[in-house]
Amino acid sequence: MALITCENVSIGYEGQTVVKELNFSIERGDYLCIVGENGSGKSTLVKSLLGLKGADRGKIIYGDGLKKNEIGYLPQKNEEQKGFPASVYEVVLSGRLNGRGWKPFYRKEDKEAAAEKMEMLGITDLARQCFRDLSGGQQQRALLARALCATKSLLLLDEPVTGLDPIVTGEFYDLIRKINQESNIAVVMVSHDIETAVENASHILHLQETVRFFGTAEDYRKSRIGKKFLGGEEHD
Amino acid sequence: MIDTIVEMFSYPFMVRAFAVGSLVALCAALLGVSLVLKQYSMIGDGLSHVGFGALAVATAFQAAPLSVAIPVVVLAAVLILRIKGNGKIKGDAAIALISTTSLALGVMVISMTTGMNTDVYNYMFGSILAMSAEDVRLSVILAGIVLVLYLLFYNKIFAVTFDETFAQATGVKANLYNTLIAVLTAVTIVLGMRMMGALLISSLIIFPALTSMRVCRTFRSVIINSAVISVLCLVIGIAISYVWATPAGASVVIVNAAALAVYSIVGMIRCRK
Repeated sequence: MALITCENVSIGYEGQTVVKELNFSIERGDYLCIVGENGSGKSTLVKSLLGLKGADRGKIIYGDGLKKNEIGYLPQKNEEQKGFPASVYEVVLSGRLNGRGWKPFYRKEDKEAAAEKMEMLGITDLARQCFRDLSGGQQQRALLARALCATKSLLLLDEPVTGLDPIVTGEFYDLIRKINQESNIAVVMVSHDIETAVENASHILHLQETVRFFGTAEDYRKSRIGKKFLGGEEHD
Repeated sequence: MIDTIVEMFSYPFMVRAFAVGSLVALCAALLGVSLVLKQYSMIGDGLSHVGFGALAVATAFQAAPLSVAIPVVVLAAVLILRIKGNGKIKGDAAIALISTTSLALGVMVISMTTGMNTDVYNYMFGSILAMSAEDVRLSVILAGIVLVLYLLFYNKIFAVTFDETFAQATGVKANLYNTLIAVLTAVTIVLGMRMMGALLISSLIIFPALTSMRVCRTFRSVIINSAVISVLCLVIGIAISYVWATPAGASVVIVNAAALAVYSIVGMIRCRK
């Protein structure tokens, strides 16, 4: 069974449909990139996958042991966090909250998991540092560690490389690919960077109010819409 | 000096002021960190005006002030969050609407009943004599509840304050905790406002958090530092008020402002290094 299956899903705000008739699924170990222009409904879809916004029609089915609140989510850059006093460790550890339910305090396992994820992403030496003092790339690593704390099977990344310089962006993509392959964690990434998306991802979902393309990255390259999108925006 | 301290604590009203004041300062400091970081600072100010209206009405009908004011202010807190949430009226405008309406209502009621007198003055700027033994008992119980709830939900409050969307995505009921923070704030404000004054109580919420953030770099240290500095400033402020016969609320605010100045300087020196 797939981790997430969307059957005929339509989502909207106050009667206005943003995306409609979505049909696709995410399997264990997939690396799916969601691409599309601004306003094509990518962020809305992300909210629905996370269970923050209900679908108007259709069904989003979670399977293969995945629970709705066990998606490791890396949100879009949030300006409010800029001046926030919190250590990297505090931020990463908060990813374990979904396993706590109503219980108030973290256990030893939670702390060990946080330490392990920080080790995995090479930010162990930043643990005591203040989140707001980190560079953009380090902040994203910290938030990625938090996301990994929250999941065993699926990461959902919403435009994770926005505002990062090219070198750091490259490193971040490598990191995601490594996590996807070595830890067998499925990755769903919303991205503007279509070329890198096709290079890295196993599957592409092209949104434009509805699903314009869903399939493997290879097929996308050969498809008409893929060629047009990849061919260079200068022709449009 | 020791004579003054002994003398100060020989008055029951001073002991009550220290006891209730410290508890309120502690609660306000803890909640204040979240409110300031979520840019909800003005909620404190708005709720204290609602409290003023409620106290005025309670006095007019000769009801017990706290038992009228607490439910009214809690209700106002929930209402402000609701309006903020649905987005038709901006949050700060919602707070201004509710707080000025309550203030106006309070002034109307007072002018129709007792007339503008020392009561109004005391509500506005606070009085060190305001607390009865009954009030102290209620305050200690309520402040205890606020503290226990805060500690129990500390990790969730951190998550919701730092990143509401992520917290929600991992199944933390962000709205519930936002409401919890607002309700606890409402209770704290009502408990403290008769001593600090409706116009000054919000300083207890805002100052300690901002002061700590000049120097502290983790959430936990900000929380602990805020709690300590807040209680310390309150005790010093009340003592000053006793010794020099200055208004209690204003003295506490001045001490808080001084603490902020000191921490800012320390913070700046640290940055230079």
